[in-house]
Amino acid sequence: MPVLWLFLIIVALSAFGFIAGRARAYQSAGGDVRNLHSLPGYYGYNVALTALVPALAVLAVWLLAQPMLIENSVSKMIPDEIIAEGSNRSLVMSDVRRVANGLDLAVSSGAMTNDEVNALSTDTSDIRATLGSIGVALGSDVSPEVLAAAQSYRSKSYTGTLVMTVVVLLLAIGGLALAYTRTHKDFRARNVVERGVLGLLIIAASLAILTTIGIVLSMLFETMNFFRLHPWTDFFFGGTWSPNFRGDSDLSILPLLWGTLYISFIALLVAVPIGLFAAIYLSEYASNAVRSIAKPLLEILAGIPTIVYGLFALLTVGPMLVNVFGRGDQGLLGVEWMSGATSVLTAGVVMGIMLIPFVSSLSDDIINSVPQAMRDGSLGLGATKSETVRQVIMPAALPGIVGAILLAASRAIGETMIVVMGAGAIAKFSLNPLESMTTITTRIVSQLTGDTDFASPETLVAFALGLTLFVLTLGLNILALYIVRKYREQYE
Amino acid sequence: MNQMTSVEKNVNTQDIKISASGVQVYYGDTHAIKDVDVEIEDKTVTAFIGPSGCGKSTFLRCLNRMNDTIDVCRVEGTILLDNEDIYDRKVDPVQLRAKVGMVFQKPNPFPKSIYDNVAYGPRIHGLFKNKADLDNIVESALRRAAIWNEVKDRLNAPGTGLSGGQQQRLCIARAVATEPEVLLMDEPCSALDPIATAQVEELIDELRTNYSVVIVTHSMQQAARVSQKTAFFHLGNLVEFGETGQIFTNPEDPRTESYITGRIG
Repeated sequence: MPVLWLFLIIVALSAFGFIAGRARAYQSAGGDVRNLHSLPGYYGYNVALTALVPALAVLAVWLLAQPMLIENSVSKMIPDEIIAEGSNRSLVMSDVRRVANGLDLAVSSGAMTNDEVNALSTDTSDIRATLGSIGVALGSDVSPEVLAAAQSYRSKSYTGTLVMTVVVLLLAIGGLALAYTRTHKDFRARNVVERGVLGLLIIAASLAILTTIGIVLSMLFETMNFFRLHPWTDFFFGGTWSPNFRGDSDLSILPLLWGTLYISFIALLVAVPIGLFAAIYLSEYASNAVRSIAKPLLEILAGIPTIVYGLFALLTVGPMLVNVFGRGDQGLLGVEWMSGATSVLTAGVVMGIMLIPFVSSLSDDIINSVPQAMRDGSLGLGATKSETVRQVIMPAALPGIVGAILLAASRAIGETMIVVMGAGAIAKFSLNPLESMTTITTRIVSQLTGDTDFASPETLVAFALGLTLFVLTLGLNILALYIVRKYREQYE
Repeated sequence: MNQMTSVEKNVNTQDIKISASGVQVYYGDTHAIKDVDVEIEDKTVTAFIGPSGCGKSTFLRCLNRMNDTIDVCRVEGTILLDNEDIYDRKVDPVQLRAKVGMVFQKPNPFPKSIYDNVAYGPRIHGLFKNKADLDNIVESALRRAAIWNEVKDRLNAPGTGLSGGQQQRLCIARAVATEPEVLLMDEPCSALDPIATAQVEELIDELRTNYSVVIVTHSMQQAARVSQKTAFFHLGNLVEFGETGQIFTNPEDPRTESYITGRIG
């Protein structure tokens, strides 16, 4: 039975449980809702959830676990000898899966019967041709071991699915029956449902956390694989980044880190003053009418996808900068300092523009949270508005603003699209902002896109880069949140 | 009674420091202050009393144009400080506030050191010649606010770390350091305990020798203890204004009597 049908049956059972549970609660109360401990709907939900949740949970776990278990046991059937030179067990296993799926398809399309498939042998028929005729292309002829494994794979998953269906259905019906019999006017259905909801919330929260941990672990394992193939001293302390697929690459993070930090620095140089001054204007000077228009407008900037910023960098800002700093005599300055549109300055300026609303809205919140009493105190002493901003509000808001800037910095370090399109691809140490440079994120993109072999250090380095980036931004975020929180406590 | 002695203490003929006539204040459509005339004398403590929402704080804030910072607020009528209209176009509200200092209901020291809090006004207005001069200004302001002995050893500690009563006296020192001519106090003791209140009240009485002090208070005992003149506000009107002793013992208006005896408000 397909999983979809199973799912629909469980849902239908639980819907039936809702109606039945509610009706039984009514009945036990003699038709008067006031005699019930909880509202009738709660009894219905109790039955529905008891039928639905355990069955669905088992279904989900089974669906995840079954292929892994079968894979493991089938994989043992394949002797080491038939694994060809340059290939490996997982490649053979993917062949097994393809053959098994092809046989399934053959059965369902009517080209073969189930018995024919089970009796199939490589001596009597050309499986590659048979499967090819129904649209399953195989890369090579099927060896007897692979066929046997595929047949075993099929039968095992058939049995597994059958057992799963029975177990899940039994669970659903059992849950339904249990909850239904417990439905009585004194049963505290409301409390039980509330506990169920609480459980749901806890699961949602822990899923989010577990996913984070999972991401970190997966990166960690790949990074360890990378360091097995490549010396860590080169990665952390080497001076050049020149990946090639001959196997003697220099893979050092330092030139990339330099590019990342340089571009982020320029971005902050653009975003911090503009964002901060915009925040000061909006929160301290602007009238309500201006604020109600300007704030949403500023926040539109935050909603623009970064790829659009990338286009803006490539097509507008880059050529404009070339016009000013390049083109020799035809340029605005008559100098020949910049040749291509991609440069540190291009990416930095555009990224700065992207960060303006981020800095300004965070700083705006922080400035607004400085108590009015501070402003009154300063104005009451005969200070002007700007003196008040400079000498009272800014010092009071400074920790929070530093936090906002650090958050913006971690955004800048992790930003990808703008630098892919605006910064260029050359890894080097240079102080000239008009040269193109590259960042950690762009190198991760280029190492993982296209034809990749996940066993080579040139590809695995992406995980090491990613993990370093993660640690870097995580550290900045923690520092920023710590500063912001410490500041918030001051006025509460 | 206490207030009788304070009337006798009062020096008879005083110069008029602030003269307000026909003052109307509107918050949007709300008519908050209705046609108020008050004359505030120099070197005198004037108390504004009245039930909550009667406009006494609003009127106080008109005297140094703090209401200018509220967008919807509109002030009409004339308020003269030393015979100059403070709402005249030529007058810079910033300059005015340097002459008419203000202490607020809640102590609001800046998140700076005690020294920098007091030095804030003098620094902004350039009231000192050199560092030693500034040190003297800070010390004398703290002495006049009766807090010098408590903080002299920790002038570099943050002002926010003091107790509530100390913070309020620090705020008074901060206002005094700017050398104002008039000191406005908006319920300066409402956030303080009785001991700190007594210290601040004693301080107000001393400040009278140099300044004209206007204090808004909810406590009639406090008004009776510290002031020589009392104004009673009710629903935006100035009901009665006169010698404190007279207001509390022999009020002319029945509403004043009702408020003082606790029947309204």
